[in-house]
Amino acid sequence: MAVRNAIFRLVLVLFAAGACLAPGGGSASGGFDAALVLLAGKSAKKRMAGIEALAASAHPAAAPILSAMVDGRLYYRKDDKRLFVVAKRGREFDLFDPVAGEQAGTAPSKSLKKVKVNNRLRRAIRKALAGLNLTHADRAIRLEAAAGLLKSADPGLRPALVAALEREAGGDVRAAMELALAAVDIGPDSTPAVRIAAAERLGASESPEARALLGRVVGDAKTDAAVREAARAALQQIEDRLELYRQFGAVFQGISLGSVLLLAAVGLAITFGVMGVINMAHGEMVMVGAYATFVVQELFRTFAPEFFGLSLAVAVPAAFLAAAALGVGLERSVIRWLYGRPLETLLATWGVSLVLRQAVRTIFGPTNREVGSPEWMSGAMELAGGVAITYNRIWIILFSLAVLAAVMAVIRYTAFGLEMRAVTQNRPMANAMGIRSRKVDSMTFALGSGVAGMAGVALSQIDNVSPNLGQAYIVDSFMVIVFGGVGNLWGVLVGAMSLGVVNKFIEPFSGAVLGKIVILVALILFIQRRPQGLFAMRGRAAEL
Amino acid sequence: MNTMMSRIRNLAAAGLLAGAAMVSAAPAMAETIKVGILHSLSGTMAISETTLKDAMLMLIDDLNKNGGLLGKQVEPVVVDPASDWPLFAEKARELIEKEKVAVVFGCWTSVSRKSVLPVFEELNGLLFYPVQYEGEESSRNVFYTGAAPNQQAIPAVEYLMSEDGGGAERFALLGTDYVYPRTTNKILRAFLHSKGISDDDILEEYTPFGHSDWQTIVSKVRAFASEGKKTAIVSTINGDANVPFYKELANQGVMAEDLPVVAFSVGEEELAGIDTAPLVGHLAAWNYFMSVETPENEAFIEKWHAFIGDEDRVTNDPMEAHYIGFKMWVQAVNQAGSTDVDAVRQAMYGQTVPSLTGTTALMNVNHHLSKPVLIGEVQDDGQFEVVWETDGPVVGDAWSDYIPESAKLTADWTYPWVCGNCEKPMF
Repeated sequence: MAVRNAIFRLVLVLFAAGACLAPGGGSASGGFDAALVLLAGKSAKKRMAGIEALAASAHPAAAPILSAMVDGRLYYRKDDKRLFVVAKRGREFDLFDPVAGEQAGTAPSKSLKKVKVNNRLRRAIRKALAGLNLTHADRAIRLEAAAGLLKSADPGLRPALVAALEREAGGDVRAAMELALAAVDIGPDSTPAVRIAAAERLGASESPEARALLGRVVGDAKTDAAVREAARAALQQIEDRLELYRQFGAVFQGISLGSVLLLAAVGLAITFGVMGVINMAHGEMVMVGAYATFVVQELFRTFAPEFFGLSLAVAVPAAFLAAAALGVGLERSVIRWLYGRPLETLLATWGVSLVLRQAVRTIFGPTNREVGSPEWMSGAMELAGGVAITYNRIWIILFSLAVLAAVMAVIRYTAFGLEMRAVTQNRPMANAMGIRSRKVDSMTFALGSGVAGMAGVALSQIDNVSPNLGQAYIVDSFMVIVFGGVGNLWGVLVGAMSLGVVNKFIEPFSGAVLGKIVILVALILFIQRRPQGLFAMRGRAAEL
Repeated sequence: MNTMMSRIRNLAAAGLLAGAAMVSAAPAMAETIKVGILHSLSGTMAISETTLKDAMLMLIDDLNKNGGLLGKQVEPVVVDPASDWPLFAEKARELIEKEKVAVVFGCWTSVSRKSVLPVFEELNGLLFYPVQYEGEESSRNVFYTGAAPNQQAIPAVEYLMSEDGGGAERFALLGTDYVYPRTTNKILRAFLHSKGISDDDILEEYTPFGHSDWQTIVSKVRAFASEGKKTAIVSTINGDANVPFYKELANQGVMAEDLPVVAFSVGEEELAGIDTAPLVGHLAAWNYFMSVETPENEAFIEKWHAFIGDEDRVTNDPMEAHYIGFKMWVQAVNQAGSTDVDAVRQAMYGQTVPSLTGTTALMNVNHHLSKPVLIGEVQDDGQFEVVWETDGPVVGDAWSDYIPESAKLTADWTYPWVCGNCEKPMF
């Protein structure tokens, strides 16, 4: 142990010295060169040895090489096995020599071979990188290194950690390092007293790693009884706090599911709720919106890749227009002739939905289309205790509320909205007042379809963009409308959110399949008791 | 004497000529060999099955260009069962009774196979089924060219438990709710028990087809994984549900090196709809990957791209299964000298075909293939890179050794067994 410590000190000093000299420190030690040869080796075992040797060499180029390797950008030349970090440009690669720290021209991709990594090597690299980066000048990289050490909990890195802690003034990096130290200290190499202290420190944290480490100690029957007791107490502490976060997580997930239902149902609330048209092709309007997003993104990829982040903002109006145009076409050609005949409408629109699906399959192919997520929609906000709130879900919740607000505003404050309400409430009277009810019907249907198209933009972020996209949502949408009360937008909001939240609270106990069944049965019972839904329409419209 | 001989010679020549004329006239008289293709071209499964239809058309086209079969041209008969399971049975009957096809290549989901099975057995047809499946079946009328569980699921879990695979001690078995995942997970659970893993360390979750909201399940698995033991996810999630599943994993920041997913139904085709950069390191177990570098595979990919006219299209494991199955059937027909189902079946046993991964695929008497098992890691370009493979071909096992009631059963369609699910020989 003492020898190991000494080596690590030495490593640290060397690394610190190297960091000062970087870049371009050409004074490669023998260990470093040998490590590079190993990295280009054929077997995973050799590459593993290479990673360890590279970490031990503490050469300034070690960290860049390792991070390129874990990113899959480290290649070696087939003739001389020299390592390069590459940037792909079609069949040509731009080479960067990590040892010399300079560009090394380009080479055809065929002359190079990737240094393969598997999960085991990736873990080793992350551990090595964490050790190497503990004293990095950049605060964010130090923080990442500390998080990496918490994961690996390698006693071999303890001295480096202690040394780094001495240099760290305070703040979140220090806290993360202290936690990482506790993660090392709770291991079986420490004395019981140290382990108990470490358990207490870990108990104050909510990270999944702390929970895992404590769980391991509790589960290990060979451990000292006092240590196990301390670990159990700490674990209990974490569990108690986690329970709260989990409840919060479930509510968030429920609202997020509700917002998806809301998006899918708002358009239907107009066509079905206001106009009374049972449009089985509603799901396909959503699908058309998703494909419009795909087309817009393809255009961005071809003509303006640097503005790709804006593609979704452009896709929203594009999807609205595409679906609305399709809606007008559908209304003029099919639905107009079937007003007042719900059964025929149902069958005709179902046929239209089949036609649309097959048309999309013919045009775009049967396979899924890739719709990218812009940077600002990827990733998650990690709440304490491993409860993650993903950004795309947050955006979808906001988007769904914005769409609902916009639709309400259109209905309430615009002339078109007024005409629409007039036609819905009393068609002959509206005609008598000079409203062209046929045109209003068309526009209303276009609005409903366009809103469905906008839903497609959001759904393209969380679901497959395939011809079957709409199918998954049509039943749920009708469910929301019937539950919330036909013809009432507030009912749609409340209906969608409550179905979402209830679903998410049932799911952990019942599983996804049974959860869906339970919801459907409950809904049927509810409709039996209260056929008009949560919010009943009042006045003449209710009697129509 | 001389004139006599020459007369006979002339006569013989005339007879030969006439015979030749009759033979050469025969193919022109609609004398083709019909091959049925029973893959969904619309509905949920179209995403996977359309490609297989195209692959079959390519293989048949290739055969016809090289002189056809038994001197005849092969004619594909394509029908669309539209992802509708009962319709599969109707279409199968149509192919055999009305179209009189010599053989059918088709089906993807196990439920579609179960639906056509009685039809093939009743009419004594021949089906080549190209998809990995749950085993526990061996029909006289079906050749299974996809993987049985011991050629996919079991080696994959063994890999996860090995040091290279991360030494997993806890398993979350996630699947779509139908026969394939449920049976596979039953076998896996029995296998894990035999390795000393208790029920506390196994989480089993099912979702409906096309499930898109994975928040709850991914959160649950993350919590399950942070209880002190190294955990891995075994996914039998099928079809469309995979895309949102992987998106949710990526968004919640699940890294492959901490919590790897090994999937049995996710191939190159399924990854085509996802940005794979956040998925690098997750695993899939198959008998073929497009990235395998062999001359056979390169030629196959080149042919595929030329046939489909799109350089971006990928190849996958079930396509290789059809490739092997079709080649074997052609060899068996040539050997039998006829397309008669019973003759071809007898000729099938022991047929070998060089597979695209550089080994030799062999048809066994239990109607399953011997193929190597490969485990690949997802790369950022949507391809897999092989990280582990078996030493050689593995014999497909129709009846799993890990389920007590099926361990006793033997499938062997040659004398003296002549049975797909017997405890002792028929004769």
